[in-house]
Amino acid sequence: MSERKPIDQRAAGRAASAAGASGPSSRQGAAPPAPSAAPQPSSLPPAAAEAADDLLLAATSVTKAYAGVPALTDGRIQLKRGSIHALCGGNGAGKSTFLSILMGLQRSDSGAILVKGRLVHYASAAEALADGIAIITQELSPVLDMTVAENIYLGREPRRGGWFVDRRRMEADAAALFARLGFDIDPKARMRQLSVARIQLVEIAKAISRDSDILIMDEPTSAIGEKETATLFKAIRSLAASGVGIIYVSHRLTDIFSIADSYTVFRDGRFIETGALADIDRQRLISLIVGRDLRDAEARQTTARAETMIEMRNFARAGQFADISLAIAKGEILGLYGLMGAGRSEFANAVYGNAPRDSGEVLIEGRPVAIDTPSEALRQGIAIVTEDRKETGLVLSSSVSENIIVAALGRFARFGFVDGGKVAKSVEAQIANFRIRTASRHLPVQSLSGGNQQKVVLARCVETEPRILICDEPTRGIDEGAKREVYAFLSAFAAAGNAVLLISSEIPEILANADRIVVFRRGGIAGELTAAEATQEALVHLAS
Amino acid sequence: MSDLTASQAAGSESRGRAFGRFLSRYGILISFLILFVILSFAHPNFLSTGNLTNVLRQVSINGILAIGMTFVILTGGIDLSVGSILAVAGVVAGSLVTGGDPSHPMVAILAAVAVGAAVGTINGTLIARFGVPAFVATLGMLSMARGATLLYSDGRPIPNLSPAFRWLGQGFIAGVPVPVIVFLLVFVVAWIVLRFTVYGRWVYAVGGNVKSARTSGIPTRSVVFSVYLLMGALAGLAGAILTARTTSALPQAGLGYELDAIAAVVIGGTSLTGGIGSVVYTLIGALIIGVISNGLDLMGVSSYYQQIIKGAIIVVAVLVDRSRNLNP
Repeated sequence: MSERKPIDQRAAGRAASAAGASGPSSRQGAAPPAPSAAPQPSSLPPAAAEAADDLLLAATSVTKAYAGVPALTDGRIQLKRGSIHALCGGNGAGKSTFLSILMGLQRSDSGAILVKGRLVHYASAAEALADGIAIITQELSPVLDMTVAENIYLGREPRRGGWFVDRRRMEADAAALFARLGFDIDPKARMRQLSVARIQLVEIAKAISRDSDILIMDEPTSAIGEKETATLFKAIRSLAASGVGIIYVSHRLTDIFSIADSYTVFRDGRFIETGALADIDRQRLISLIVGRDLRDAEARQTTARAETMIEMRNFARAGQFADISLAIAKGEILGLYGLMGAGRSEFANAVYGNAPRDSGEVLIEGRPVAIDTPSEALRQGIAIVTEDRKETGLVLSSSVSENIIVAALGRFARFGFVDGGKVAKSVEAQIANFRIRTASRHLPVQSLSGGNQQKVVLARCVETEPRILICDEPTRGIDEGAKREVYAFLSAFAAAGNAVLLISSEIPEILANADRIVVFRRGGIAGELTAAEATQEALVHLAS
Repeated sequence: MSDLTASQAAGSESRGRAFGRFLSRYGILISFLILFVILSFAHPNFLSTGNLTNVLRQVSINGILAIGMTFVILTGGIDLSVGSILAVAGVVAGSLVTGGDPSHPMVAILAAVAVGAAVGTINGTLIARFGVPAFVATLGMLSMARGATLLYSDGRPIPNLSPAFRWLGQGFIAGVPVPVIVFLLVFVVAWIVLRFTVYGRWVYAVGGNVKSARTSGIPTRSVVFSVYLLMGALAGLAGAILTARTTSALPQAGLGYELDAIAAVVIGGTSLTGGIGSVVYTLIGALIIGVISNGLDLMGVSSYYQQIIKGAIIVVAVLVDRSRNLNP
């Protein structure tokens, strides 16, 4: 942080020539989404010269589509020097896409990004870094077998004699950096020895050490505790005081209100509103993020009975979740809501025997059962629809038929040979039952649409004749029609006296389909609501 | 929930883990010393100067290959073509120093290194530029370079190498065999490069986490390319030395050498997924292989058994490596 780059003169010049109305930080109402309505780069922030002087970053009408599906239809942000600007939005709001474009990891389809007054179009992260933009990603990527100091100065190691690494200086620089930030970390330690929280702090220090003017922080507190968070916030404030502009992305509204001074909200890939946090309260921010047009759907008619189907007691796993006890009744759909990284999937996989746990027992119909592997879970009548059907759910290159029967092969085998006729009958019945749109059961699953792939996953679960179904984000990335069919299946499955654990970060989905909702926050249960008393605001409030 | 973070993760730093780290750091050296002591007692000739010199000379060819292989494996790659590169470089060097008007030995050595580097350039281009998996690219090269060797030599040995050239394989400097001196020089330079230079850090970073390396601005493709180039050059050098030692250039030289080189690296504990390891451990790994072969030879164990034993040691070494990665 020895020296700050001088402000680009062109920025000042161009902005001075533009006369204008409101400053960049003033609140703008929800603008029409049409790109033409957005300010053009040539007529930069209509503002007083000194205000534009301060403008580090101005992005307008940034769009991006993946294979024709728009992920971002109108991305905008204005970041001032010394400001801590919160970028808010729910899942699928387009924040990640927007940030990866800012960072040069992806290219936008259209739109303009001005960095310090200069129109940029980064082709790589290296270009963005060279321009003074650094990012701390949600996904940590340390080189685990190198030291802390080596990780921080990776790719720009201090040198001696041109070729050699000046290890002593590197470690001294890292130590000085930590001292300045108030992080208590040994620069000589190997990354592998550090806790996740400390790895997160190292990544933060690494981004800070680049002396960038623009620092993007994507969920920097997702893996760290209260104490580290306080340390981090102090460091962030002092950075802002020294003139760095910070884009702070977080689902944690408490964090946002305690650290940021201004905000921008995205929803469904569009810019919604920007302004100063002093002018807004928590409820209003939540309603901006959630959206007014999304009416709370009607709660479903419960089919829950009196007897408990499954009880999970005292589930804990260091660093992921702790002290989780839940019970699901026969005929009940229990919703599990929480932000990314709250420990929902880890918990679900631990119940299914597919992930380690430090403690936790499972009772099915009051009887304790030992589940340490997925095959035991299946034997006990538990099936899971995993979060990522392409990674863990399906054998993509195999046929629809093979995917449907693979978990229940035993039922189709005679003397070790698979009975083709029996398979065909069952599979055809499932294809009809779930209305899986495929020309033939012999087609590879990867030729199907996302929604139909997901129905294959459900059909496979059904083939194992489960009584308890865990669904982790069962409708992620599938179209509305397929979603409705998935919901109808879950409802019918529960009505038959089975139990469902529905994990989702889609609030409307949870509200419309669960009888009862448990909210996870940072690996613990933050609260429980009945479908009747649950609202979007209440869920967001509990989760963040 | 803050209690779920730093304190607990730090608390799991148990004594078992500290012991595991000690083992992974010094286990290979301890194994070597134990082996050495056992063989010293098992056979009176083992400790003789003549025998130890012989062991070192045998180790030097594989050692040079294994050092190059360490660079490759540190980036998470593999090079199966080193035996064939060695052969093609050997026959080219041999053809330059045979007959009535042999070239200066230095010309032959440089030619061998250049031929090896050229083949390494092809490997590196395929892998780094076109994204061909290293296993496939170098498997193809294993066959192609061998074919080129046979074509160049017409499938026949090249005899009558000049005495000046043979000194490279058979000579001594102050009582130490020349191949051993070359090997030690290569080792020292490699150790310095990997441990102290920026390039060395990049090799580790590319193997440790290529994504992180790329976002940190490291030219990852160039680093990957460079290790195959280096491997090729070192295989060329080894080819020249082997040719000088065997007094004629043999087109079938170096068959199966890739396995010994990979074995030395793996026994040394370098992780096949990249990012962890050191040429020091590779040196010990190569010594272990050399000492075992020599010891078994001295005790008159059939070479059939030797192959079984060597294979078992490689598998055990990888098992140890795996358990270390599973319980970090």
